[in-house]
Amino acid sequence: MSYFAGITELPPDPLFGLKARYVADSRTDKVDLGIGAYRDNNGKPWILPAVKLAEAKLVSSPDYNHEYLSISGFEPFLKQASKVILGENSAALAENRVVSQQSLSGTGALHVAGVLLKEFYTGEKTVYLSKPTWANHNQIFTSIGFKVASYPYWDNDTKSLDLKGFLSTIRTAPAGSIFLLHACAHNPTGLDPSQDEWKQVLKELEAKKHLVLFDSAYQGFASGDLDKDAYAIRYAIDQKVISTPIIICQSFAKNVGMYGERVGAIHVIPSTQKDEQLGRALKSQLNRIIRSEISNPPAYGAKIVSTILNDRALRQQWEADLVTMSSRIHKMRLKLKELLTNLHTPGTWDHIVNQTGMFSFTGLSPDMVARLEKVHGIYLVSSGRASVAGLNDGNVEKVANAIDEVVRFYAKPKL
Amino acid sequence: MYRTSLLKQTARPSVRVSTRQFSVLNNQVRKWSEIPLAPPDKILGISEAYNKDANTSKINLGVGAYRDNSGKPIIFPSVKEAEKILLASEVEKEYTGITGSKKFQNAVKGFVFNNSGKDVNGQQLIEQNRIVTAQTISGTGSLRVIGDFLNRFYTNKKLLVPKPTWANHVAVFKDAGLEPEFYAYYETSKNDLDFANLKKSLSSQPDGSIVLLHACCHNPTGMDLTPEQWEEVLAIVQEKNFYPLVDMAYQGFASGNPYKDIGLIRRLNELVVQNKLKSYALCQSFAKNMGLYGERTGSISIITESAEASQAIESQLKKLIRPIYSSPPIHGSKIVEIIFDEQHNLLNSWLQDLDKVVGRLNTVRSKLYENLDKSSYNWDHLLKQRGMFVYTGLSAEQVIKLRNDYSVYATEDGRFSISGINDNNVEYLANAINEVVKQ
Ligand SMILES: Cc1ncc(COP(=O)(O)O)c(C=O)c1O
Ligand SMILES: Cc1ncc(COP(=O)(O)O)c(C=O)c1O
Repeated sequence: MSYFAGITELPPDPLFGLKARYVADSRTDKVDLGIGAYRDNNGKPWILPAVKLAEAKLVSSPDYNHEYLSISGFEPFLKQASKVILGENSAALAENRVVSQQSLSGTGALHVAGVLLKEFYTGEKTVYLSKPTWANHNQIFTSIGFKVASYPYWDNDTKSLDLKGFLSTIRTAPAGSIFLLHACAHNPTGLDPSQDEWKQVLKELEAKKHLVLFDSAYQGFASGDLDKDAYAIRYAIDQKVISTPIIICQSFAKNVGMYGERVGAIHVIPSTQKDEQLGRALKSQLNRIIRSEISNPPAYGAKIVSTILNDRALRQQWEADLVTMSSRIHKMRLKLKELLTNLHTPGTWDHIVNQTGMFSFTGLSPDMVARLEKVHGIYLVSSGRASVAGLNDGNVEKVANAIDEVVRFYAKPKL
Repeated sequence: MYRTSLLKQTARPSVRVSTRQFSVLNNQVRKWSEIPLAPPDKILGISEAYNKDANTSKINLGVGAYRDNSGKPIIFPSVKEAEKILLASEVEKEYTGITGSKKFQNAVKGFVFNNSGKDVNGQQLIEQNRIVTAQTISGTGSLRVIGDFLNRFYTNKKLLVPKPTWANHVAVFKDAGLEPEFYAYYETSKNDLDFANLKKSLSSQPDGSIVLLHACCHNPTGMDLTPEQWEEVLAIVQEKNFYPLVDMAYQGFASGNPYKDIGLIRRLNELVVQNKLKSYALCQSFAKNMGLYGERTGSISIITESAEASQAIESQLKKLIRPIYSSPPIHGSKIVEIIFDEQHNLLNSWLQDLDKVVGRLNTVRSKLYENLDKSSYNWDHLLKQRGMFVYTGLSAEQVIKLRNDYSVYATEDGRFSISGINDNNVEYLANAINEVVKQ
């Protein structure tokens, strides 16, 4: 008898497989466009100068220690983190309507949001995800017992937002469903609604009293500006456009470049009205969930972020670092598009520069992606999502030439 | 108390949902306002009350973290050194794997299972790829992950925990979908292990149950089984085909030497190699023995039947963890990697740091014993207990009296954290206890 009934080996994560093939490839000019982490112009990981300075300051401070945080997390971190996402002058914060809990980065925040909703949300237990979306979204909610559905988002023909389909699904979904929205720098498409489109989306969500769950994993990565990238969230809350509960899942993995430290938070705004008793109840339930999963959240990363946010010079440095990252990525987008245009590569490539954040949904087919890997040693996921952070001055021409080659290769038979 | 009210709290919402009709556009805001207040964490409440107390002689015996003789938290010097090395050499803060880095996993395997070359059986299990180790969110996270895993793949849901046990065990396992139940462990009236009943209550449980064993420094009683008693328990485990789940949060705190506190693990490894036991799991934490509490550094290890089973189990662990938090935090685990990396030569200094910590706890324990009035109460159990706590045997009334009359703060089960005691307050504390006992 085997101890564990029905246990079978699962195939490895596709991204993991991609990375393994990349590492095993002996070509010296290979290019990794699969990774979801920032690379500098030399293709190297980058610890932000603001982080390095904050670490030095934190570790040498006399009250530095490794004690347990409280179950809610590090209060100076939570306080500043909520301001980063909601704004310095947020009325919801001033009115004490925001319940915050430190989480294991963005994933942990989404998971805790799911557990909380599973237990206490009496509306429709279906989570609507954009099509396509980040690979983990589906499992995060199905593993807790939610039904998952999708709303149209990316129109592959026009390589732009399918606003009509999006709005139509909002209207036809059962009232009180849960809608997960990427706050900015949509993963994987890099395509965000315009401010006007956001207004339409939020208005329709409110009309059906859907619950709004914002996933904010790339604040500052889209535009380089933290405030601009929080537009949709702040519009929904400040203008009281949404009357149902709003949940924000905030990650500091990408924008502080501390992927592995697992720094994040969940912010719940249960009501447009002040309700202190409800706030306390929510906080206590979030604490209960955290206590039986991890006891209390990890300290170090939260202390670093808090050190940055509570020190004017470090905060300025961080904002400059964000510009460094987002502008380098934007420069690569422009360069790639320019090269493809000059090569007269069949198709239009404007979407590469219109997209924001770490990724570009190139529109390349799985065949083309496979050929890029096989013939050119350029690695990206089969959906055609390329991590623009993997491009640099040293490899962008090679990548453009390779894209040109694979597009023409597969376009040929049709001509 | 915490447990029973917790049960009620988690049961209530589902009842409410089923009795209430959901109509279109029914306002979720209103319904959310019915969310009940969850009970606060006991220890936290004590710390809060302590902080508010203006009495300058106040003592906090609630915290489960080490304090030095002046009542201050410490960073182990070896950890500080490792952190310095890390800061100077770290070039990336990328995601580690879903189950942590290979380097961390191997450090844990070598430390716990191979016992640094002293456990041939553990060594063999490692070489045969029969140990799956994953970095987790400290000890609690490993308990939760193995709880979720067993709920998914093990045939029985019943999990036996000692009475009493760590306050969070029941909540962790209940929320993972298992069915925790107590086995006898301690006789409060005698302030001693109740071994006869322990055996009896284990033997009466259904075959194939999961049994939670504290590896050493049982929390909260501080009373561990002798090697002979472990033999008897392990005989029952084999006979009843129990699945052993070992919780090791205080490795090193019994003897001062972490390599000596793992007799149970070594014995289990032997049983597995002899094919008398097929599998067991170990939840391990560096929170206490490296003082890495808040960095959330620990691991789960599952000892499997074969290398193939290991591969399947590892892939399922990844599938389970990925939607919960993607990957574990790196700061603490990088410190652990550095301490176990021979090139840095820090292992011995860590062992010395730990020995010093345990030494102080034991000194304070004896000092407290010396100052207690043995004419009105038998305090001998204090000297048998091990770890960070003394399990006094004082009643809830006596604990409350200590709090109200002497500003001495402890949980109502009479568990005192030795860390809060030092040369400056041990006499005050002993005197307070003597007074309360006399009344
Ligand atoms: C859309 C989106 N949400 C959430 C996350 C969560 O990331 P983390 O858990 O590392 O913060 C990611 C990371 O890739 C993401 O792309
Ligand atoms: C018996 C026992 N197990 C597990 C833990 C978990 O500790 P951590 O999650 O901090 O590693 C503790 C902590 O107090 C404990 O006492």
